[in-house]
Amino acid sequence: MKETGIRDWYLSLFEEFERELNSGAPALGHMRRQAIRWFAENGFPSTRQEEWRFTNVSPISEIKFEAAEKPAALDPARILPYITGDDSARLVFVNGHIDRMSSTTAQLPHGLMLQSLQDALASNDAAAAAELARHARMDENGFVALNTAFINDGAYVHVAKDVAHARPLHLLFITTDAAEARMVQPRVLIIVEDNAQLSVIERYISLADSTYFANPVTEIVIGENANVTHYKIQQESRKAFHTARLQVVLKRDSSYTSHNYAFGGAIARTDMHVVLDGEGIDCTLNGLYLGGGVQLIDNHTVIEHRRPHCNSREFYKGILDERARAVFSGKIHVHKYAQKTDAMQSNQNLILSEEATIDTKPQLEIYADDVKCTHGATVGRIDEESIFYLCSRGIGKAMAKNLMMQAFAGQITDRIKDDALREHIAEIVLGHLHDGHLHR
Amino acid sequence: MLSIKNLHASVDGHEILNGIDLDVKPGEVHAIMGPNGSGKSTLAGVLAGRAEYSVTEGRIDFLGKNLLEMAPEMRAREGLFLAFQYPVEIPGVNSSYFLRTALNEIRAHRGLDKVSALEFLKIIREKLELVEMDEKFLKRSVNEGFSGGEKKRNEILQMATLEPKLAVLDETDSGLDIDALRIVAGGVNALRSQENAFIVVTHYQRLLNYIVPDFVHVLYQGKIVKSGDKDLALHLEDFGYDWIKEQNGGQA
Repeated sequence: MKETGIRDWYLSLFEEFERELNSGAPALGHMRRQAIRWFAENGFPSTRQEEWRFTNVSPISEIKFEAAEKPAALDPARILPYITGDDSARLVFVNGHIDRMSSTTAQLPHGLMLQSLQDALASNDAAAAAELARHARMDENGFVALNTAFINDGAYVHVAKDVAHARPLHLLFITTDAAEARMVQPRVLIIVEDNAQLSVIERYISLADSTYFANPVTEIVIGENANVTHYKIQQESRKAFHTARLQVVLKRDSSYTSHNYAFGGAIARTDMHVVLDGEGIDCTLNGLYLGGGVQLIDNHTVIEHRRPHCNSREFYKGILDERARAVFSGKIHVHKYAQKTDAMQSNQNLILSEEATIDTKPQLEIYADDVKCTHGATVGRIDEESIFYLCSRGIGKAMAKNLMMQAFAGQITDRIKDDALREHIAEIVLGHLHDGHLHR
Repeated sequence: MLSIKNLHASVDGHEILNGIDLDVKPGEVHAIMGPNGSGKSTLAGVLAGRAEYSVTEGRIDFLGKNLLEMAPEMRAREGLFLAFQYPVEIPGVNSSYFLRTALNEIRAHRGLDKVSALEFLKIIREKLELVEMDEKFLKRSVNEGFSGGEKKRNEILQMATLEPKLAVLDETDSGLDIDALRIVAGGVNALRSQENAFIVVTHYQRLLNYIVPDFVHVLYQGKIVKSGDKDLALHLEDFGYDWIKEQNGGQA
């Protein structure tokens, strides 16, 4: 009954949204309508579905979220703390709307395009039209369907063949809306053509401590022999809901490195699906989550080895305190023809309180017979002997615990090659540590 | 400096220390010897404040203060140092950062200013020389991947840097080859002064050829059953511990 009510709610929001749209690409309109129909039939996922067994999304489906308002222009100084390098190229979205004042896209090399998705679609960008919503399936779950139905604006990055850009681009999604129960449906499309190179930061922050619903979908399409480093930094409000879907598709001899940081959110779920669709691909997924209070942080990753001779490495770590919960599900799917696959996965968790919990679930699905796949998961407390060792040198117990947590997290943050960004993230981690605990 | 009176301590309800009395004055080196299981490491652990040992009777005064009431970090800040028998590997904690943090905590306790990274580097270079360690050790995580000898040298390096008033060396010689032993002992000897004191816990007399003690105590069944000068250690080397066991009603 309740569930039907919420489906009707989003249907009516959609009708309103469609009326107000003035960009009329018929193919996109068709896709949106398909997506809302799918949502109307299927709604949000339930814990009866295997992939959502540990994450009950009813706190999200019980609220009638409204589209976030387009705000007055934001003082650009307010975003500087979230940008490494003051002159870095960036797209800034405030409550889901592009903020042109704060965005900087000058000084990019020829062949590197960074623009709002709306602008790309309005200018009939062929690549954008061809790839948008072709990779993240809207019929996977209600969240992807909702995002697809409400595709309006977002970020579009296109790197032409042979263009290499080492400095990270920033895609900043800010929620400033102090009003409760607003939603944003950010959409990101990144296309990196053959032999190109890109580093990009996708970041979610909140300048308001309100309950809102951010439901982004990101698609990254990587050409032959191209290299992409992708950072996701999630710092939503502690009352917010964040459900993200990321789909990455790679062609032969390319590489993808992901750094996924989950710090905020009341419920923060990220579904990452990486498809290795060519030989000789390298894929590395690094992840760190810090949960305190009653946060629920859920990371679902799938690495799909479709072709022979690909390597994947996955390192996820989490620290949990108070009554926080975390879920890690890491699937490695090796297709029948993906011989000589070399896959390694690890998930390590540090638990600081009696009430914090973690559900960690590695899943290997292997249909090839000549592969090397390993996985391991650990859940532990801070080592007492190490604490005693540090204390025996005069370091107080709280500081000793902070050092241990910093060291634990550092094994993920140290994997960032960009110096400024690595230090920036390490500082954020440090800011979460108080007297041997998180967030106190 | 240190006064231990009638110290009884137990682990999981088993009494390990059975009434220890020991006085250590500035400038002295005391060796504590004894067969396996006699309580040597327990004594070292109780001094440093290991949580798993409970003191059931007796008291320990350190520089006029009740040591047993202090948390391990306070003992260190007051000037006590334990060189671990098994130094702990702490992946991800940088050696240099760790040692500078420790030094600054101790200095703050003594009302001294913190040392900057640069000043620290100056201090540590001198200490590294003392234990013949390379500067690149500082870049590594605490004890991670160190050999046995490197770990023990790192203990001495930390001791030299933190400048304790009383250092307790818990079997620092065990498992060392002769070169490492010489370096470790050389480090200790260089730090000996009229202001500080050492308690050297060892199973073997060999170390005492390099660190010559003022007093040797034999621990057996949780008690000091014999005390003497360095000749006692030589006697133990020649005759072993059996005679001690026999004299004290144990099984040889």
